[in-house]
Amino acid sequence: MNAVMLIARRELAGYFRTWLGYIIIAAVLVLEGLLFNAFALGSGMDRKSSEVISQFFFFSSGVTMTASVFISMRLLAAERESGTVNLLYSSPVRDFEIVLGKYLAALGFLAILLAASVYMPTMVLVAGKISWGHVLAGYFGLLLLGAASLAVGTFGSAVTRSQILAVILSAVMVVGLLVMWWVGRVTDRPLSNVFENLALWSLHFPPFQAGIIHLRDVIYYVAISYVALFASVRVLEARRWR
Amino acid sequence: MIEVEGLTKYYGEHAAIRDLSFTIKKGEVIGFLGLNGAGKSTTLRVLGAVLLPTAGRVSIDGVDLGAEPHEVRKRIGFLPDVPPLYNEMTVGAYLAFVAQLRGVPADQVDLRVREAEGKTALGEMHDEVIGTLSHGYRQRVGVAQALVHRPQLLILDEPTSGLDPVQIVEMRKLIRSLKGEHTVLLSSHILSEISQTCDRLLVIDEGKLVAQGTEAELSKGSGVAVDVEIAGNAESARAAVAAVEGVRSVEVVGGTQLRVQAAGELRPAIVRALVNAGVDVLRVDRAASQLESVFMQLTHTRSA
Repeated sequence: MNAVMLIARRELAGYFRTWLGYIIIAAVLVLEGLLFNAFALGSGMDRKSSEVISQFFFFSSGVTMTASVFISMRLLAAERESGTVNLLYSSPVRDFEIVLGKYLAALGFLAILLAASVYMPTMVLVAGKISWGHVLAGYFGLLLLGAASLAVGTFGSAVTRSQILAVILSAVMVVGLLVMWWVGRVTDRPLSNVFENLALWSLHFPPFQAGIIHLRDVIYYVAISYVALFASVRVLEARRWR
Repeated sequence: MIEVEGLTKYYGEHAAIRDLSFTIKKGEVIGFLGLNGAGKSTTLRVLGAVLLPTAGRVSIDGVDLGAEPHEVRKRIGFLPDVPPLYNEMTVGAYLAFVAQLRGVPADQVDLRVREAEGKTALGEMHDEVIGTLSHGYRQRVGVAQALVHRPQLLILDEPTSGLDPVQIVEMRKLIRSLKGEHTVLLSSHILSEISQTCDRLLVIDEGKLVAQGTEAELSKGSGVAVDVEIAGNAESARAAVAAVEGVRSVEVVGGTQLRVQAAGELRPAIVRALVNAGVDVLRVDRAASQLESVFMQLTHTRSA
């Protein structure tokens, strides 16, 4: 487990030693700020505080998924591109420790990113009241949604050595998971049920947005993360056999 | 120290190495010689526990690679053909990371990093960012990361590739200085380089081991090439040398130089014959590329 933390720490520091981390944080904050201004606050002043916060989490979820794809793009692809993966492969570190370390670094970065946006829902205090429970649940949802997207992104990063290809692949997979709700609509029961429940957003995120935490939604995101990371470990192991 | 038996590695349908067997004793410096694509890197990657073999058995320090790759990894330091460097880190931070990754206790990390930097003459580069270093320094950092945890076995894949002549000499010295403390296995496609650094050579071609031994053992049987520079009649000199017992062929090169192929060390006899024939001898050399020709023979007769 020591190796996991070691890899995670190096990787997390890496986000801030290069421009990548700052660019992602800046882009996300600008985008969320604009969206917050335009939609959540709106033109009229007659909105409920909870509505504003709900709106904030609505568009933040989109931004978070997009950001996750970019945060995870370099995790394993860059290691292969630069050849540093051979350092990890020849060290007494197990393949799951490599993947887990990398993933935790991305998750840590996402947490920092989310924390940096807390000022937005807090601004509601100026003209209204805040239910901190609602905010906390919303952020918890964002973290889970981001965690699942990051795991999918980690898998995308594991299968290719090009970061650009990794982004494209991960984006396709995330969008694929998103549109499961649509697949669910055009298929018949019981298949439609399966697809609807598989969808990344439509059933599972709105409760968080409204400030409600359901165990089934938590389990869903954790399961998606687990499966994607498990697949990534398998990809790494397979590469030793080639 | 290393026992390899019937090692085979397939990439899809193509066998990169086939039925490789050899043993290496503790403390030896072994050179792995072969043309590009002969299977050197693949072999080293298997021994470095990066790749898993398709078939065969490898044991390093009595530990079986197939059964306990994790234990093997603790005992080796591996420098791949491209040094595995994180460009955004400083040399010191990078080496500390590698040391911890390879299980050096926290209170010794700093010591080991300084030690590795000392061995590779990187002391002044401790706080430099790796991405800004020149190729020679990068290669040295690559060696430093391989030995920072004091492994018993060092595996260096083409440690001198891309270095300038001065750096090559330094790298050679460095590798020689590691002898004793570590068993060293290095690869190269440049013969002259490796023959000076290594105790023993393994010649690999098309994934198979075609020869092994010391430089002298390898060149035995293929004869000795001698260059003789003379003043005077080249034709009479040629005739005089050709009459020496053991000389296989004499060739006049550029009017004043003879290229002699001999069965063994015949330089004194050749000089005597020339002097007796009234030919002045200006220079007598063993042809430098002699081992090179052995290498060519070993690798080309196969593909021919």
